[in-house]
Amino acid sequence: MIKTLAKSIREYKKHTILTPIFMVFEVGFEIAIPFLLSILIDQGITNKDYNTIIIVGICLVVAAFLALLFGRLGGRTAAVAASGFAKNLREDMYNKVQDFSFLNIDKFSTSSIVTRLTSDVSNIQMAFMMIIRGAIRSPITIIFALIMTFTINPKIGLIYLVVTPILGGSLILLAKYVHPIFKKVFNTIDKLNRVVQENVNAIRVVKSFVTEEREIKKFNKVSDDIYDYFSKAEKVMAFNGPIMQITIYTCLTLISWFGAHFVVSGEITTGELTSLITYVMQLLMNLMMLSMIFVMIIISLESGRRIVELLEEVPDIHNPENPIMKVENGSIEFKNVSFSYVNNKEKEVLKNIDFKINTGETVGIIGGTGDGKSSLVNLIPRLYDTTEGEVLVGNKNVKDYDIKVLRDQVSMVLQKNTLFSGTIKENLRWGNIDATDEEIIKACKLAQADEFIEKFPDKYDTYIEQGGNNVSGGQKQRLCIARALLKKPQILILDDSTSAVDTKTDSLIRKAFAEEIPNTTKIIIAQRISSVQDSDKIIILNNGKIEAIGSHEELLKNNKIYQEVYNSQMKGSEENA
Amino acid sequence: MRRKLDKGTAKRLAKIILKNYKIHLIFVVIFIIISSATSVASSLFLEKLVDDYIAPMLQTENPMFTELAYALLTMIAIYLAGVLCTYLYNRIMIVVGQGTLRDVRNKMFEKMQSLPIRYFDTHLNGDIMSHYTNDIDTLRELISRGIPQILNLSITITMTFVAMLTTSLYLTGIVVVITILIIMAIKRITGNSGKYFMKQQQSLGKVDGYIEEMIAGQKVIKVFNHEEEAKKNFEKLNTELFEDAKKANSYANILMPTLSNLGNLLYVLVGFIGGILFFNNIGGITLGVIVAFVNLSKSYTMPIAQLSQQVNSIIMAMAGAKRIFDLIDEEPEFDEGYVKLVNAEINGEEIKEADHYTGKWAWKHLHHDGRLEYIELKGHIELTDVDFGYDEGKLILHNISLYAKPGQKIAFVGATGAGKTTITNLINRFYDIEDGKIRYDGININKINKKDLRKSLGMVLQDVYLFTGTIRDNIRYGKEDATDEEITEAAKLANAHNFIMNLPQGYDTIIDGSGSSLSQGQKQLLSIARAAINNPPVMILDEATSSIDTRTEKIVQDGMDKLMEGRTVFVIAHRLSTVRNSKAIIVLDNGRIIERGEHDELIAQKGMYYRLYTGAFELE
Repeated sequence: MIKTLAKSIREYKKHTILTPIFMVFEVGFEIAIPFLLSILIDQGITNKDYNTIIIVGICLVVAAFLALLFGRLGGRTAAVAASGFAKNLREDMYNKVQDFSFLNIDKFSTSSIVTRLTSDVSNIQMAFMMIIRGAIRSPITIIFALIMTFTINPKIGLIYLVVTPILGGSLILLAKYVHPIFKKVFNTIDKLNRVVQENVNAIRVVKSFVTEEREIKKFNKVSDDIYDYFSKAEKVMAFNGPIMQITIYTCLTLISWFGAHFVVSGEITTGELTSLITYVMQLLMNLMMLSMIFVMIIISLESGRRIVELLEEVPDIHNPENPIMKVENGSIEFKNVSFSYVNNKEKEVLKNIDFKINTGETVGIIGGTGDGKSSLVNLIPRLYDTTEGEVLVGNKNVKDYDIKVLRDQVSMVLQKNTLFSGTIKENLRWGNIDATDEEIIKACKLAQADEFIEKFPDKYDTYIEQGGNNVSGGQKQRLCIARALLKKPQILILDDSTSAVDTKTDSLIRKAFAEEIPNTTKIIIAQRISSVQDSDKIIILNNGKIEAIGSHEELLKNNKIYQEVYNSQMKGSEENA
Repeated sequence: MRRKLDKGTAKRLAKIILKNYKIHLIFVVIFIIISSATSVASSLFLEKLVDDYIAPMLQTENPMFTELAYALLTMIAIYLAGVLCTYLYNRIMIVVGQGTLRDVRNKMFEKMQSLPIRYFDTHLNGDIMSHYTNDIDTLRELISRGIPQILNLSITITMTFVAMLTTSLYLTGIVVVITILIIMAIKRITGNSGKYFMKQQQSLGKVDGYIEEMIAGQKVIKVFNHEEEAKKNFEKLNTELFEDAKKANSYANILMPTLSNLGNLLYVLVGFIGGILFFNNIGGITLGVIVAFVNLSKSYTMPIAQLSQQVNSIIMAMAGAKRIFDLIDEEPEFDEGYVKLVNAEINGEEIKEADHYTGKWAWKHLHHDGRLEYIELKGHIELTDVDFGYDEGKLILHNISLYAKPGQKIAFVGATGAGKTTITNLINRFYDIEDGKIRYDGININKINKKDLRKSLGMVLQDVYLFTGTIRDNIRYGKEDATDEEITEAAKLANAHNFIMNLPQGYDTIIDGSGSSLSQGQKQLLSIARAAINNPPVMILDEATSSIDTRTEKIVQDGMDKLMEGRTVFVIAHRLSTVRNSKAIIVLDNGRIIERGEHDELIAQKGMYYRLYTGAFELE
């Protein structure tokens, strides 16, 4: 885990290493100060030696300033190292998520990814700073104190040898016991975030159904769970302080007792006993510091694990070796394709799909709700990999292409589409970052979006709010189509992308497609027969299988499902025509 | 100004903690005092160890250790008391800390639920969420670690200061001077770090907002190969956060070394000046006083330096608390409505309020003159000259006047962006109209309690949002006390029953909020079932069936027709076949009503509706 995390330190390695070094110097001068002061008192003041007082006094001031200097330097480098480490960590995680396939994203939920990138990183950042500042500083002081103790009297030193393993052992036990509880804490926090996220997203549903009270109850329950688990974890951690104190007090008592004996028997002097006690106090302070760091590490351990889990997730779709960098044409072929989201034969959403589409053809896909239409087209730009069989684009297996090249050539308008906060132009440029204004306008005209954009006061610079909440559903869909068109793809897939567009606009879009981009292969998933009836072929999906393929006329003649759908939709018009 | 604000925040936070945990905190203080006293007692004992116990033994021939043994036993007892108190105050602080966090969290969520839709329109989701994560975390840091430390250290500092005063008045003067220096240093440094911590917390919110938006739209990013772009923007925000965090933490981190070395300076000065006073016999200073004072000054500045460490967590927590209070202080959805919806028993003209479900409802209207009136809920809705714009001065709807008599089905038709959804958003008062009037059963809807108003309206929204949980829970969303039979019935009505039964666990299948395991059409079916189960008198269906295939839709439609019987229904749909049988079809264009009437009338008019209607088939 540490290895994976440490990879993100990178350019802040210098700061990370410098911090403890500065700390060592600071501690060095700090230790020197009481030492110098004892000289000042013993030799200067006691002997009324004015010179010594002046010289040692100056040394003291210099030492204090040097300690200050190194302390400040160390503080700064620690801040830079920790903030930088957190920055890199966030960046690495974010970049990793960018490599995730749809399946990877489905596996981690959105809210969990968000918490990992935010809270968990903050926890690690805090822990990291404490470690590089304190984890060196405290042990050094402790080691120094131990060495001094052993030099004065090894027998007294033995006390530490007995006490330390007991202390260490109980701390490890504590950690072992508390870790699974913290795991629960973090999972519950994930849950809480999910509730908040869903409520923020679905606030309109909550308000329409007047379920505020119930949502509050739901939230309070999760909130209570966090309270319970967190309290439980902290209750265990509350033993940390007393364990430390018991250790220290045990040492003090033992040293007082045996120290007194050794002084009486003449083994050590009273002055040495006083020093021994000073060192115990130093040990105390630093053990306290260490125990705070220890608690911090325990809490961040789970955060670390969650970060590493994300960083080490293997994207299940990756580029082949020697990828093909060019898509020759817009033909598509499915060869005996089966697909299941969970790799389980029983739960296949597509079964033995076989068909071929030639370049420039327009193909409609019709099927019932949940019949696998979206799953089918998701396989073409390789958003998911097939479970069995292969998908060919431009006569080559999609798995052999460079993913970026493939997805640039296969442009898909998702069913559940998103616009991002930013201007219309910025959103459209997603399709092609270098698109000129003319190209943007042309794409919008094709998608029948130009007209309404021009009516906005800020036109193409109109600001779109998160999720596109300030444009209507149909406008959103048309913007998404325009965005996809800007890629100038060889294959364009519209996954029920005009459902909120009125029929007339819908037909205008299709007409524009036929006239303006005749060489692009177009796949249109739709509910309306009118959206697909002028296609070159229509594929009817039923329960994950191809029911029939044919032109409108053929299907109307031979296919029962198609006839049924057609009749249900046309009924009105014929009576009134 | 800023400082004042911070104080306000601190006071408010203190009030929240004190409100519920006053007694707890009193005990915490008591235990902390005992615990600190233990460590002071321990230092005192150690100072006396040599002089009082060991030195006398050195004088005797046969040293007796019994006295020391007794003293040590007493100390052990004191130590144990100290350990116990430490444990106890830590235990109590857990309740205070976690309890307060829970209170704040719950308060925040409750508040959030009461905010108007506009708030959600204008705030990034991730930023709202970061209140529950980052900002709460800062409070946790402060309460569970900061407060006990602060109490503990303050008590130690006070005790030491008193000890110093009694030791030497002159030398205490030096301490006071240095203390003033220390306070000045703290003020200067924390002023800077506070500024940047505030900034850091804001940048953190921004980064969270960006992450949330991008991760939610991750699939679109993939489809558009937009990964590199997304990375670039993220890098920018991330770097800003880094800069703020770096500055904030740098200032915070130099605090400790600055203070502890000011402490060292004090240490040095005490030795130095003490020495000079000793030489000149001023103030009755002896060598013993100097040594004692040197030690005291150390135990005085050490906790101050440690205390300063907590300043970080205080500043962070104040920044977090301020953001939290900002949310809590947001103006809630204003509801001046006093007309309530009640169950009613209706006998001809007479309407009586009932305390149980009767299947009939009435508006309980308490007039200003004290007159109480019951009006039967019939579902008569009337809009008169309504103007509306999302932004001030930019009208989206102009002069909308229309009415729906009880039981009538009214359809809104028009190009995308014509304002269809907006009208329904006004009826349920997601937004308030700018001008005009909306009446519901003759009552101005501004007078109706918003919650009751919405309860009387069944909504199926354009965007389907489901909640993580079982299918059953999601349908029950519309009616909390729905029985399993009612759920199945509603699902059957919406034609969702068949696909649900095909799911691995049927009605108990767990779906996650994004509903990635369901197709868009299936989600719409569920959302119809969810709206149908409550049996609302008025229904608003906004593109309720756009993603449902037409075969299924036909069956749903049949069920819906049954459902709509006797109800007022507003429908928005593109498939004009589904609106044909409406009592009135309102054709909207650019926020204005351009045509209205029954299907046949509109066809005969050969206007916009005619063109839209026939347009669908012009490719035949």
